[in-house]
Amino acid sequence: MPDARYLVALLAIVFVIDLALRAVPFAALGALRESVLVRRFAVWMPVGILAILAASTLRGTIAADPGNAVSAAAAVAVTAAVHLWAGRRTLLSVGAGTVTYVLLLHFDVAAAIAGALSGEI
Amino acid sequence: MGVEVRAAEPEAAPEAVVSRRGEIAAGLRASLSAGLGMFPLGIAFGMLVVQAGLPWWVAPALSFTAYAGSLELLLVSMIVTAVPLATVALTTFLVNFRHVFYAFSFPLHLVRHRLAKAYSVYALTDEAYAITAASRERWSPWRLVSMQVALQLYWVGGGVAGTALASLMPGPIEGLEFALCALFVTLTIDAARTRAQIPSLLLAGLSFTVAILVAPDAALFAALVLFVAMLSVRHALGARRSREATDA
Repeated sequence: MPDARYLVALLAIVFVIDLALRAVPFAALGALRESVLVRRFAVWMPVGILAILAASTLRGTIAADPGNAVSAAAAVAVTAAVHLWAGRRTLLSVGAGTVTYVLLLHFDVAAAIAGALSGEI
Repeated sequence: MGVEVRAAEPEAAPEAVVSRRGEIAAGLRASLSAGLGMFPLGIAFGMLVVQAGLPWWVAPALSFTAYAGSLELLLVSMIVTAVPLATVALTTFLVNFRHVFYAFSFPLHLVRHRLAKAYSVYALTDEAYAITAASRERWSPWRLVSMQVALQLYWVGGGVAGTALASLMPGPIEGLEFALCALFVTLTIDAARTRAQIPSLLLAGLSFTVAILVAPDAALFAALVLFVAMLSVRHALGARRSREATDA
C-alpha cells in the first residue's frame, strides 16, 4: 500500500492536468468559433478521430495477445456487418461483435486454425 | 440577484418548450451503447486495482479525478511501482492530450448553466465525444449532460463492482473489453455517412499507419497530431485553391 500523501498528490496532479486539457481549448476556441479554419475542422475532424480511436483500441486488443488478431478482425467484421445490415442499432452491433469476440477467445478458434495450418505444413 | 435572474430569462425561454424528462430519457438512450463497453471495462479496471494490492477506493478515486479509462489503467501500474510524480504529470499530459481536439465539435455551447457547463467539460471523455460526433440528433443541454452523467455512472459503477468481484472470481471474463473497440467501429461508420467524409477517413488511416511505424509506443497520440497536421495542410491548400479560383 503506497504512502497516502503520495496518492493524494498524484490524484490532485492528474485531476488538474486532465481538466486543463479538456477546458483550455474551449476558452481558446471561443473567440475563433466563426473562423473558417475552426468551422472546417469541426466538419473534418470527427470521422477521422473516431477512426483513429477504433484503430487504436483494435491495436490494443491485438497487442494484449497477438494470437487473437484473427478473432479480433473477425469480430470487427461482424460488428460492421451487423451495423450496416441491421439498421444501425449500435447496441445490437456492439453486442454482436463483443459476443463474437468472447466466444472466439473462449473456444480458442484462432489457435485451432493455426494448429491445423501448422499441422498441414 | 433578482435583476440577474430577469436578465437571464429571455435566453432560457426557447429551451423551456422542450420537455425536460424527454430530453433526459433521450440522453440515457444515447448513453446505452457506450455503457455496454464501459461497464465491463470498469469491472476489469476495478479487479486490476484490487489484484495490484491497492485499496478498493483507489478505483472510484481515479475514476473521479482522472476519468479517462486508458490513463486510469496506466496509473494503477504507476502507483504500484511508485513512479515519480513528474512522470505521472507528463504521462497524463501526453496520454490525454487528444482531448484538446474535442473542443472543435463538441456541442458545449448549448449548455448555458455554469455548473452544468463545468461538468460537461470535466466529463468530456472519448466516449462522450464519440457519441456526439457520430450522431445526427439535435442535442439539448439536458440530453447532453444526462448522457455524460450516465456514462460516468457506468464507469464508476463498473469499477466499484470490479473491486467487489475481484475477491469472488478467479479472473475476469476474457474479451469483454472488445466492446469499446466495437463501439468506435460503429461510431466511425455512423460518422462516415457521405462521400465528403472520405478524404478525412483516408488521412486518418494514413496518420495511424505512419504513427505505428514511427512511434509505436505512443501511436494514438502521434496519429492524432499527424491527423491535425494533415488537416491543416488540407485547409491551406483549399484556401489557396479558392483564392486562385476567384482570381481567374
